[in-house]
Amino acid sequence: MTTPLIEVEGLRKSYGDRVVLRDLSLSVQRHDVVCLIGSSGSGKSTLLRCLDLLEPIDDGVIRLEGKEISDPLIDPREVRRRVGMVFQAYNLFPHLTVLDNCTLAQVKVHGVGRDEARDRAVDLLGRFGLADKAGARPDALSGGQQQRVALVRALCTSPEVLLLDEITAALDPELVGEVLEIVRAEARAGMTMVLATHEMDFAREVATRVCFLDAGGILEQGTPEELFGAPREERTRRFLARVLR
Amino acid sequence: MSSARSAVASDGWAPSARQLEREQVARRLRIRRRWIASAVTVLVLAGLVAGVVSSPGWDRVREYFFSWPDARDSFAAIAEGFWINLRIFLVAEPAVLIVGTLVAITRVTVSPWLAPLRLLAVVYTDLLRGVPTLLVVALCGIGIPALNLVGVTTSLFWLTTFALVLCYGAYVAEVIRAGILAIHPTQRASAEALALTRTQTMRHVVLPQAVRRVVPPLMNDLVSLQKDTALISAVGVFEALRAAQDYQGYHFNGTSILIAAGFFLVVAVPLTRLTDWLMLRSIRREQGR
Repeated sequence: MTTPLIEVEGLRKSYGDRVVLRDLSLSVQRHDVVCLIGSSGSGKSTLLRCLDLLEPIDDGVIRLEGKEISDPLIDPREVRRRVGMVFQAYNLFPHLTVLDNCTLAQVKVHGVGRDEARDRAVDLLGRFGLADKAGARPDALSGGQQQRVALVRALCTSPEVLLLDEITAALDPELVGEVLEIVRAEARAGMTMVLATHEMDFAREVATRVCFLDAGGILEQGTPEELFGAPREERTRRFLARVLR
Repeated sequence: MSSARSAVASDGWAPSARQLEREQVARRLRIRRRWIASAVTVLVLAGLVAGVVSSPGWDRVREYFFSWPDARDSFAAIAEGFWINLRIFLVAEPAVLIVGTLVAITRVTVSPWLAPLRLLAVVYTDLLRGVPTLLVVALCGIGIPALNLVGVTTSLFWLTTFALVLCYGAYVAEVIRAGILAIHPTQRASAEALALTRTQTMRHVVLPQAVRRVVPPLMNDLVSLQKDTALISAVGVFEALRAAQDYQGYHFNGTSILIAAGFFLVVAVPLTRLTDWLMLRSIRREQGR
């Protein structure tokens, strides 16, 4: 067994008196596609934000390739250089063009030359059907297009792992497909991903492992066949009965 | 702090050894940061003071600006003068905020019926921001009484206050307009989708967010207004600066000027700190932290 790319042990996170995650453990190997499912408020988003060090944690250890990143002496930017994150609300920079959104971090953080950065962005935008949008401002695009741009922005810096936080939750059903197409392609290409999602069919299709979060912890995890086919826990069954119908 | 953390939480959680160790490291880092901040501050301040005190002319400067008997003797007259500054400020400040807000709102209206008002608002802001405040104070303080209008006050207090409100209303109007324009159109759309009228949308949705965003530049203008109450000395009102200069002229000592400066600071600094704190608190609440 190789060192997991991401390893979480005994993670605890609370906001004031509200404990969101308690004693949560998770291990993600390279090329894993881990889907986090669970009802709203079960801690999926918080877990992803903790992994990207966007939230201070209250206890536990997070490791990236065996190295503890929950150490206060770690520079969080060193971690984020290697991790890509996409948010539910797209969070594109509205004052920059699509192309500039995609080249900003490449040039400023990764020291890529301007031309090379543009070539990579144009290439990725083209691959995902956004070639003609490079000069547009984010607000002029549809939700699906914006979220695809956000994915391209995250992919532009070649992250080792992608964290996707309910990226289709704000989209209407016909736009969900075009966004998931990118995720599917990346999964096939071997990208390591941890994604919080409400799209059970999609989780079943792309996940190597599905984790059901409940009351701040991972109540049950397994392959999609195991979890969707024969859930062990009563609460998992109840949740799936509600969302699968 | 430390006693609260070591307690066992209601769900039976007690911090792990690693977490305690981590908190200790974080605490050490925090203490180190505080040390660096204090050391740098003390060093810079000491350097500045040493630079001034060791300058060749320091003895004469000290005599002229830091004379205790002069400070004592000029205090009462300046305090009396400052009471006028303070009263003008207390009247002008709310008036400026009201004028500024009304002008800003007028400028972002779209109704065709209000076109002349919009034009007036544009002319007003352009003109009054373009003219030195001192000139407006002089025009109002000397010009208006000279017209001999029936029913118009000749009180210099009210005339100069009016002049300051005119000038600062124009500045503040632009600050608030900037805040209004910075609110994303989706906010307006969702308010209108709830069938709120344009006025209600402005009053309950746009304006509250806009004002919060422009608090720092707004404070610029309000503190500046407070300082510019000294301009009314130009038309002969015996306010703090005028009283200080008067003392300086008679006694050939500038300590009174520093005393006057102190009065202005005593009002301005707590005011800015308070608004800063209020603003940060409201932002924190909004973001649910």
